[in-house]
Amino acid sequence: MMHPDDRPLLEVSGLRKSFDLSKPFINRLIERSERQFVKAVDGVDFTIQRGQTLSLVGESGCGKSTVAKLIMGLSRPSGGSIRFEGTELADQPAGKPAQLRRRMQMIFQDPYASLNPRWRVARIIAEPMKSFATHPDPGKRRKEVDRLLEFVGLSAADGDKFPHEFSGGQRQRISIARAISTKPEFLVCDEPTSALDVSVQAQILNLMRELQRELGLTYLFISHDLAVVNYISDWIGVMYLGRLVELAPAAEIFAKPQHPYTRLLLDTVPDISMVNRDMDRPAGEVPNPITPPPGCHFHPRCVHADARCKAQMPDFIASATGHARCHAVQEGRLSPIAERAALRGAV
Amino acid sequence: MTLLKVENLTVEFPSRRGTLTAIEDVCLTVAPGEILGMVGESGAGKSMTGAAIIGLIEPPGRIARGQILLNGSRIDNLGREDMRRVRGRQIGAIFQDPLTSLNPVLTVGEQLIETIQTHLKLSRSAARERAIDWLRRVGIPAPEKRVDTYPHQYSGGMRQRVVIALALCAEPRLIIADEPTTALDVSVQAQIIALLRKLCKETGASVILVTHDMGVIAETADRVAVMYAGRVIEVGAVADVLRAPRHPYTAGLMASIPRIGEKPDILPQIDGAMPRLNARPEGCAFNPRCPKRMEVCARLRPDLVADAQGEVACHLFSKELAT
Repeated sequence: MMHPDDRPLLEVSGLRKSFDLSKPFINRLIERSERQFVKAVDGVDFTIQRGQTLSLVGESGCGKSTVAKLIMGLSRPSGGSIRFEGTELADQPAGKPAQLRRRMQMIFQDPYASLNPRWRVARIIAEPMKSFATHPDPGKRRKEVDRLLEFVGLSAADGDKFPHEFSGGQRQRISIARAISTKPEFLVCDEPTSALDVSVQAQILNLMRELQRELGLTYLFISHDLAVVNYISDWIGVMYLGRLVELAPAAEIFAKPQHPYTRLLLDTVPDISMVNRDMDRPAGEVPNPITPPPGCHFHPRCVHADARCKAQMPDFIASATGHARCHAVQEGRLSPIAERAALRGAV
Repeated sequence: MTLLKVENLTVEFPSRRGTLTAIEDVCLTVAPGEILGMVGESGAGKSMTGAAIIGLIEPPGRIARGQILLNGSRIDNLGREDMRRVRGRQIGAIFQDPLTSLNPVLTVGEQLIETIQTHLKLSRSAARERAIDWLRRVGIPAPEKRVDTYPHQYSGGMRQRVVIALALCAEPRLIIADEPTTALDVSVQAQIIALLRKLCKETGASVILVTHDMGVIAETADRVAVMYAGRVIEVGAVADVLRAPRHPYTAGLMASIPRIGEKPDILPQIDGAMPRLNARPEGCAFNPRCPKRMEVCARLRPDLVADAQGEVACHLFSKELAT
């Protein structure tokens, strides 16, 4: 879907969030310890064009869900800017401005925890319409709820039931109906299929793509599953310890991964086309984010790391496919990996 | 030659509203040194099958029918004490969450030594030596020092390595690994899978690997058993089942998994969801969702039938056999 103006719907630049983990003042005084901060998000930049999907992937603790919360205003950024259609959101109080918040909604990971168990489904779906006063008339509101229920593949009669009467996949459909009830343009989806079984995951992913086609929605999709992300995204950002390490179009990032971490992720994700493959497993785990390694955060696990990587944080600059944060890529030290798609197909 | 033979295993949960059948007529065999993957969606009964084999079904659940034979002798009707000796010594277990599988107030070494001394006749110092050796084998750096530290001092991946050491240290012949990598990140998951495979090849132990992740099965298992609504519906070599699934459910499941490098407009999906325990349809449990449903499917439950390619419980194949 094209829109008259082609400026991005969402522009995020220099986004930062740190959490204070310091001990209480008295303890610090006695133990002579410093204040302690964890930089959950440390300078993230990306833009999302209207009608497109950008996914953030990474392992636990990389900050991807924190980015989602910052954009939705569920948490206040420590720095940087979030612009929605040019309007700055980073310095606004929670929920303000209401007209913009109506246009952004969120789908959460756990469909068992994100629906009020004591409310009937119709009331759950109607609540955003009520609070944003999009459908002030109760009769019309109920009609809209019925329409939404059918739109997401449930029936109008399901509105009178309680969440516990539904399976995980159906609950996620209810969450989606609630999210689209105020006719938003932008949805943040935080691991929407991670709690679901694979056959149900396919149903929800298909529903989300259908919604995008029909309603022209823009998605920020958070996931740790590369295959899911590959299916749903136009752009993919790979995060590691609070920073984007690579950002590129979805088709390119899997065919020509630039950053060593992206390559590691692609090599380690279990793949059903790789029966009993035997290969060298990468060593190490994600380090503690409170005390990240100096220089490039990834260098202790990186086979290409040299003295510069240990000392200096690489910038996020243009690569062959998009952007990457890696000295080795920038210096051309990395062997350009042959078309990996071909390699993965040849099993 | 089989190590484990499960025949017509049925587990029931009596409740006020009638008896719920969690798994029904499950038949499995595991050969020595083999890794058998068990896949299925939540509620398919894969974990319940593992729990039944290791004798950990919580009352009021009970084994209503069938038998479990380990090395030819029944283990499903053993008393508590006898079963306790089987567990650990002959069957080891690895569970999903490494933090809850370890005792937080005992050092890692204490837990290993306790397990080793329970099952093997070794002095404390010999058991300690063996504990350190196992920590080394599962890839814990500086095991002489780490043996005296507590589980909370380990990262998630390292904890799961300790759990693997605990499961293997009494040298059991069979390991039940229930979602051993689900709580871990992908890069760590790959390391743990590789470690589990390597150690089992070294010690000759068999593994039943219970998981919902087809990718993990593909990279780890030799054979795979697919479960649906409490029954095994297809068994075969991993490459066969993954590349040429025969049961329509397996086929639908395989097709619905997104793959890297492929981007179809619509992901093939199986409509509906797996029936609940108390609402399993007559005949084949998959028939309401099956794209190849026949008249007989709603009437008659297909048995798991073996042929040259493996085993499958579907009328599409039983009919072919008959003619």
